[in-house]
Amino acid sequence: MSKLSLITKGFIKDNPTFVLVLGMCPTLATTTSAMNGLEMGLATMFVLILSNIFISLIAPVVPDKVRIPVYIVVIATFVTVLQLAMQAFVPDVYETLGLFIPLIVVNCIVLGRAEAFANKNSVVDSALDGIGIGLGFTLSLTVIGIVREILGSGSVFGWKFIAGDGILAFVMAPGAFLVLGYLMVLFNKFLAKK
Amino acid sequence: MAAKSTLLNMVLCLSVVCLICSALLAGTYAMTKEPIDAAQVEKTNKTIAMVLPAFEGDAVASSIEVGGVNYNYYQAPGAGYAIISQVSGFGGPLSVMVGVNSEGIVHNTKVLSHSETPGLGAKCQTDTKFLGQFQNWDPASRKLAVKKDGGDVDAITASTITSRAYTLAIANAVEVYNKIVEGGQTNE
Repeated sequence: MSKLSLITKGFIKDNPTFVLVLGMCPTLATTTSAMNGLEMGLATMFVLILSNIFISLIAPVVPDKVRIPVYIVVIATFVTVLQLAMQAFVPDVYETLGLFIPLIVVNCIVLGRAEAFANKNSVVDSALDGIGIGLGFTLSLTVIGIVREILGSGSVFGWKFIAGDGILAFVMAPGAFLVLGYLMVLFNKFLAKK
Repeated sequence: MAAKSTLLNMVLCLSVVCLICSALLAGTYAMTKEPIDAAQVEKTNKTIAMVLPAFEGDAVASSIEVGGVNYNYYQAPGAGYAIISQVSGFGGPLSVMVGVNSEGIVHNTKVLSHSETPGLGAKCQTDTKFLGQFQNWDPASRKLAVKKDGGDVDAITASTITSRAYTLAIANAVEVYNKIVEGGQTNE
């Protein structure tokens, strides 16, 4: 696989949200607006890249039977580092995402990439894989966030173009499922045609 | 590829990984502790400045018990008190900071945290018409209760429960204020 395709595969072929359908919890919960989706995606990407790099480095010396605990410890460490850093430097963002930052630890995308990719590939490839999947995740969350924000609040990235309220349901949980479902349909239709 | 899964290897590997990770965390914690504290203090100060008239110096934190509930408040020199009042809203606890100036008039209010319905009750953070009416509210002449309950507060459309909770939070804060002043703890 070429270096470039390692990055681009996260957008379409291995898109974590629409194709692999992984990490649904933050996908549904944090995409109430485009900005929230983007921030959550970037936070996950940060953890994904670092944990991929670190795990690919230590993989050769980790005994098979304890690899999952080792990976989880590594991932949890980076998530906590991220959490502390966000609390210190971007407290407003931390407040909006709240509980979902620590929950990145159990995001299947992160452990999934560690197990499926980082532990058998080189450090550089793993870093690129982290960037690729991370960007794909960020993009998906942002798109869901944009759609929900347009329908639910009549704005994009906080910029309001319709006065008053939108369709409330889209800001709440049911809207998340609806938008995700329809986007998945569109996405797969587009993929099937190609 | 992977090292053999002997007991020694496994114990060694986990210990080393945990050790490195703990060191990394301890380092990050030490580095971020100051900025986190600073950010929190700044946030509180910003909110206090928002709910009270301009004042010089620092607000002093303390707490008081009124009706079996403990209230935290900040005393701002010459400006009054910023009281943190928590009540049950529609979706969970609703925490409001209420600024009461030295004449006992509500200066301004600000939501600290809430779990109200987005688009309905959550408007209690942004609805300028609803929030605006509490600015310079004199509890002695106007009743702190929504119009439905015979008071003078215009509720947020379709969010009477949240409006009621918000109003109650302010009413509680006023009560706390009276208690603070009565208690002779004021230096003004």
